Amino acid sequence: MDDRRSTPDDRPAGAGVPAREGAGSDGRPTDGVAGGMAVAAADTVSRDVPEARRATASQRWAELSEQRRNRVLFAVFAIFVLAYPLIDRGLGWNRMGSMNPILVFVLLALGLNIVVGFAGLLDLGYAAFFAIGGYTVAFLTAPQSPLVQRGFQTDFWVALIVAFVVAAVFGVILGAPTLRLRGDYLAIVTLAFGEIVPRTFLNLEGLTNGSKGMNPIGRPHAGDVELLASDQVPWYYLILAILAFSIFVINRLHGSRLGRAWMAMREDEIAAASMGIDLVKTKLLAFSLGASFSGFGGAMYASMLQFIDPFQFDFSISIMLLAMVILGGIGNLWGVLFGGLLMGAFNFIWVESAANWIRSLSTNPGLGFLAAVDLNNSKLMLFGGALVLMMLLRPEGIFPSAQRKAELKGARAAIPVTVPGIEESLHDARQGEQVAGGGR
Amino acid sequence: MSWYATAIQILLIGRANGAIIALVALGYTLVYGIIELINFAHGDVFMLGTMISLTIVTWVPSLMGLRRASQMPTELIPILLLVALLASMIGCALLNMAIERLAYRPLRRAPRLAPLISAIGVSFILVNIGLHWKGASPVDFPNMHPSVSLDIFRDVLGINTQIFFTVKDLLVMLLAVPLMLALNLFVTRTRLGKAMRATAQDREAAAMMGININQTIALTFLLGGALAGAAGLISGMYNNSAWFFQGFRGGLMAFTAAVLGGIGNIYGAFMGGLLIGVVAATSDFLLDPRWTQAVVFGMLILILVFRPTGLLGESTPERA
Repeated sequence: MDDRRSTPDDRPAGAGVPAREGAGSDGRPTDGVAGGMAVAAADTVSRDVPEARRATASQRWAELSEQRRNRVLFAVFAIFVLAYPLIDRGLGWNRMGSMNPILVFVLLALGLNIVVGFAGLLDLGYAAFFAIGGYTVAFLTAPQSPLVQRGFQTDFWVALIVAFVVAAVFGVILGAPTLRLRGDYLAIVTLAFGEIVPRTFLNLEGLTNGSKGMNPIGRPHAGDVELLASDQVPWYYLILAILAFSIFVINRLHGSRLGRAWMAMREDEIAAASMGIDLVKTKLLAFSLGASFSGFGGAMYASMLQFIDPFQFDFSISIMLLAMVILGGIGNLWGVLFGGLLMGAFNFIWVESAANWIRSLSTNPGLGFLAAVDLNNSKLMLFGGALVLMMLLRPEGIFPSAQRKAELKGARAAIPVTVPGIEESLHDARQGEQVAGGGR
Repeated sequence: MSWYATAIQILLIGRANGAIIALVALGYTLVYGIIELINFAHGDVFMLGTMISLTIVTWVPSLMGLRRASQMPTELIPILLLVALLASMIGCALLNMAIERLAYRPLRRAPRLAPLISAIGVSFILVNIGLHWKGASPVDFPNMHPSVSLDIFRDVLGINTQIFFTVKDLLVMLLAVPLMLALNLFVTRTRLGKAMRATAQDREAAAMMGININQTIALTFLLGGALAGAAGLISGMYNNSAWFFQGFRGGLMAFTAAVLGGIGNIYGAFMGGLLIGVVAATSDFLLDPRWTQAVVFGMLILILVFRPTGLLGESTPERA
């Protein structure tokens, strides 16, 4: 108890000093807003501390209600998503055509989150695997492919599985030699790979029909019923089902032995290795699993659009996916889901709507100059500006994962502690860390 | 054309493009050496350098009531060139410094991913500025004087050979080499250069010795930006085109060069640039220009996998 009482006195030494000493302990810059937040966090904790019993009770209450609140939010979200086609038609939005690509990109973002968020490997060429998956399906099913021209047309479902496997294999092929590289070198290698793959597809005209692209591509079917590109609502539910299944799998992975190994590796490779984690195997699994997600997404995307060309897979796709992951909160499944929907809506719907709105405004007297403004041309700027602002104001994303939050906001932030007795000792330990870290 | 004439021609083309790549690569290597950040926006600073000099080269003659720079009196051409060079260098230097101040400095103590992503965001903004400024398709960059396309061997020296070596080729070298030498002198001989090297070695120790870290890092971005600006003018002059997307590709090439030479190493960036230029020219000639990018990036992957320290990475520990 005495230790805790001393907290307010320690605070100036730990979190209260706005200069560099404070930054050492929470591992992030302390200037501006972020530093203020760290100080505020420390404040609330230390004010709660003297009334220990009430604090734990209210904490428990807050925790419960948050859980319940989350459940309610989730239910609303699920109903909205499930009923979206009805809402869309009812309100006359006519956005089904945009919704389906958004969902595919959300699926990809979830896959990228495994690589970047869970395992901490920065992949700037994720679109390469997207392209590999899409082209695998096209190669097996489209009439322009030399394979199909010789009479080997493959069933879509088989092609989908092949695409999944091929992308995973390419993940291993790229991953095996490069994974021992340091973080930003790995980023550049993946970036280079992401540039090479679409270019190769563009140049290998005999196999891929070059810049003219390939169509039509095999479609999903059940019995005699085929899913056409115009059947947007069934496509929506198909992708939604895949998405739900992926969320389930990723959620399970997150807490599994493998998932915990990924996170241990992300935090400290040497410590993880000395705990018996096989770094190469763990990294390769993350990389190839991420790649196969992307390949799967690419296959669905190509089949959904019924058309594929090399220009669908350029660098901006990789970056958009990365932005989805970062915006929502690196490593947090729900955050990424939200970030993905937000970015997708921004990219496919809002910019266009806003551009149309500005154009319609320009017919008003006095606002004629607005006619020259075309937001579609400034998409990159909006996008880049959002990335920079996000990094400056909230580098942990909108919904950061608990670990990430703790990492960025100082050790005491939000790791939920469930064992009653451990709370106090943990608290003391963290206090000690904070003070020790403050002097660094 | 005999094979050796072809080989020499490839070397000449590769060397000219290589010098441009090297100038941009120096910016990557300086910045990486000092704050270990891959300054993703650097290639686009280079692109804006081309845009700035293009604007000067078309705007100044129009002030004089002429349609093209080549119609200007011959004695004014060097002045125009100098003005364009200075405008481009100063513009890019200030731009690069502003980027550092606004987008990277607040993140200096953030997780390593944060400044990299911020750099990608800045890169997108710059690309979009280029797009709005000069449009979506490549713009013609006019020759300042008709004599720049004169062939030195045949027209000037009167030697009969199939090798094509124009005044323009010579001009690239005359601009690029002194800049690199000046940078080298600055980094190795001046007080500020010493401060840069100290900061690169150990930022905290340098700060304890009384070096102003923020100023030194800003200076590094200033130098890198100035070199990128010069490269922008030279690239526009040599390739006769300016395109809003040239920064992405050029930036990646330059980064490859910096890595090839050993990132953080000034000589390495210079050598790497020349080497990449020659490899690209060879691939253009032997394979197909369409494959050149894949060849260069494939090379990048191979270098990083087999020799991540680069060619000179170990032999010269001195970093700038």
